[in-house]
Amino acid sequence: MAMKPVTFTLNGLAKAAFTEDGQNLLDFLRRGVGDMAPKYGCGQGGCGACTVLLDGVPHLSCLTLAETVEGRRVDTASGLAGATISPLQEAFMDRFAAQCGYCTPGMLMAATALLAKNPRPNRDEVIEAISGNICRCTGYEPIIAAILDVAEGRVGA
Amino acid sequence: MKDIPMVGGNMIDFRKEFFADERPEVLNEIGKPTRRQDITGHVTGRSPFYDDHQFEGLLHMRCLRSPHHAARIRRIDSTAAEKMPGVVRIVTGRDVPRNLNTLLSLLDFGIDDEPIIATDRTRYRGEAVVAVIARTDREARDAAAAIRVDWEVLPHVLDVEEAVKPGAPAVLDIYPNNKFAYHGKYDHQKLRFGDAETAFAQADHVIEGRYQMSPIEQAPIETCGAIAAPEQDGRYVCYTSTQALFFSLGTAAKVLDLPSSRLHFIGGTVGGGFGGKVDSIHEPMAILGAILTGRPVKFMWDREEEMQVGAPRGAELWYVKDAVMRDGRIIGRKFTGYFDSGAYTRLSSYAIIKGVGHLPGPYTIPNVHADVYCVYTNRTPATAMRGFGITGVDFAIEAHMDKVADTLGMNPIELRLRNAYRDGDMKAHRRLAKNCALIECCQVVAEKAGVKLSPELAALSSTKGGGGDRAQMPAFTRTDENGRVEGYKPWSYARKDGAKRDPIPPGMAPPPQQPAPTYQASRPPSPSWGGDGGGGQTQSGGSAPPASPPPNPPAAPARPGAMRFSSLSGFRRR
Repeated sequence: MAMKPVTFTLNGLAKAAFTEDGQNLLDFLRRGVGDMAPKYGCGQGGCGACTVLLDGVPHLSCLTLAETVEGRRVDTASGLAGATISPLQEAFMDRFAAQCGYCTPGMLMAATALLAKNPRPNRDEVIEAISGNICRCTGYEPIIAAILDVAEGRVGA
Repeated sequence: MKDIPMVGGNMIDFRKEFFADERPEVLNEIGKPTRRQDITGHVTGRSPFYDDHQFEGLLHMRCLRSPHHAARIRRIDSTAAEKMPGVVRIVTGRDVPRNLNTLLSLLDFGIDDEPIIATDRTRYRGEAVVAVIARTDREARDAAAAIRVDWEVLPHVLDVEEAVKPGAPAVLDIYPNNKFAYHGKYDHQKLRFGDAETAFAQADHVIEGRYQMSPIEQAPIETCGAIAAPEQDGRYVCYTSTQALFFSLGTAAKVLDLPSSRLHFIGGTVGGGFGGKVDSIHEPMAILGAILTGRPVKFMWDREEEMQVGAPRGAELWYVKDAVMRDGRIIGRKFTGYFDSGAYTRLSSYAIIKGVGHLPGPYTIPNVHADVYCVYTNRTPATAMRGFGITGVDFAIEAHMDKVADTLGMNPIELRLRNAYRDGDMKAHRRLAKNCALIECCQVVAEKAGVKLSPELAALSSTKGGGGDRAQMPAFTRTDENGRVEGYKPWSYARKDGAKRDPIPPGMAPPPQQPAPTYQASRPPSPSWGGDGGGGQTQSGGSAPPASPPPNPPAAPARPGAMRFSSLSGFRRR
């Protein structure tokens, strides 16, 4: 099986790793690089658990060929917290917006992309932004409330 | 932490006026937002789900699965697959040390009926036939697809009522009529309380209904799976998605014929379960792979397998027949229930025992009759899901209550209030009701729905008017021997004669008489499982599996008034 080097930026740090032929970005990030934040839920682009940002735009890593991230910026939920938890993460914690936590990394990335593009989204825009992410246990309302807390400046207030 | 209002308006409505004298105002957590102890891991992507554990040289296991609902396996040809790139090992049922299990055998409940990997016959579409262990997931898939099976397709049955008809294809040889054998005696779980037939003769109305619930997939976002790897000293570590770690440990030890001291199970971080991650299939498969290859092995369902092979909440079919008086009193209720177990028993037999213990719902009805069947079909085996054993029949009961109310021209809330159980009432499974709150719930529902209750109904209380005559056992209970089966060991749940272990541990024999109807804190409650402990006079449902110990005697309450709200130990207001 042919191996191919890929150089990219992961959560702000330069990375280089080998990808196998046809490997998807989800498998590459998890097994090749060791970033376990993106999750496998369906492998078919249906659940959003594998959502990562490519140059700031949400992508389903299970449907993205790993070699296409060459030279690009990849962000995952692993990079959201620096020395401290980010306001979005803080809001998820306060709002009980994660129960089992499995869809959470994907939800966080969808919300991160939204807030970067539109810092003050309304409820409909929040719902639209996470409409590709399935949550099976938390329920969407706490997640929407957490994102709106950030949008409306209620976090850390 | 900030005091954040409940999401979506006032979702939780505290009605502290109810049972105020039974509750000290010491609610330090309830009603206030709190943080989960594991939430930091969740929001940083660092919660350790089973698939997040990295192993150098990890191998991947995938199964070839039956495309037929029922078939005989004539021959398996894996010669081409063995030579394919990346393939390390082909695994068949013959590689499984003890390739027959039933989940509740750990509780001495049920006959082993299910192979981990099928050998001669498959009984549902998607049943595993061969497993391939390969270097990558894709290589394992490709090799599994290259295995050829010579199938002899057999007749199948997918409907519970078809399955119990004479001449239906037998799903499992040990249950030739496609019905689980309860207590070694009957082909159904029986509940007899009073005399429903006489009630029907006396009633102003006899109202019947038929209710059905489809199978329901739990659909966790994290698919079921396990990773196993050889550890030191002949031990194997196993990371798993299980919701039932020690249950999976015991099952793996049994199936692999290993002492459990050689198995090191790590779990507890579950990516959504809802009851569907208790079937203990992945752990023995992954550990077997690690034993056979000496390497770390992952066995993980993909989404299609999760939906097709993953055990759903089983389908149920219920017939309900009520004897109702003009004033709304229900004086008799009869059930015939069919629980679709799918191709194997797993937990369905137990779910029915639990469900029958729940009958006739939260109502005081003096005559109750139920025959509930655990039926085998060629569908995906069923397993647990939220409210296991209760949900389907509750749907049937409440839909039927609405039908009864409609027939009488009575408001459905009023019908429920008139029949609701109250503290001290005798229930059909021969325990006194306690901690009832249905009346209060109905009163709040009426208020919220804008239904005006009469002063009489508004004054009802769960703590008033129960007990007394309503606490009495029926003067006469009509019994019968319908559905009698032979060839199973009595005292136990469907154990074949010749079982090696004595199913009744010393000191655990059921009491010679019916359990006392009252519950006294000064001694342990009498076990109510009876086998034929009632001298053949009654068969009560709602009992625990026979080998589990009786619950501990309740301790004295920590403080006055804590009774209603300290329910975890089963100790509540009497």
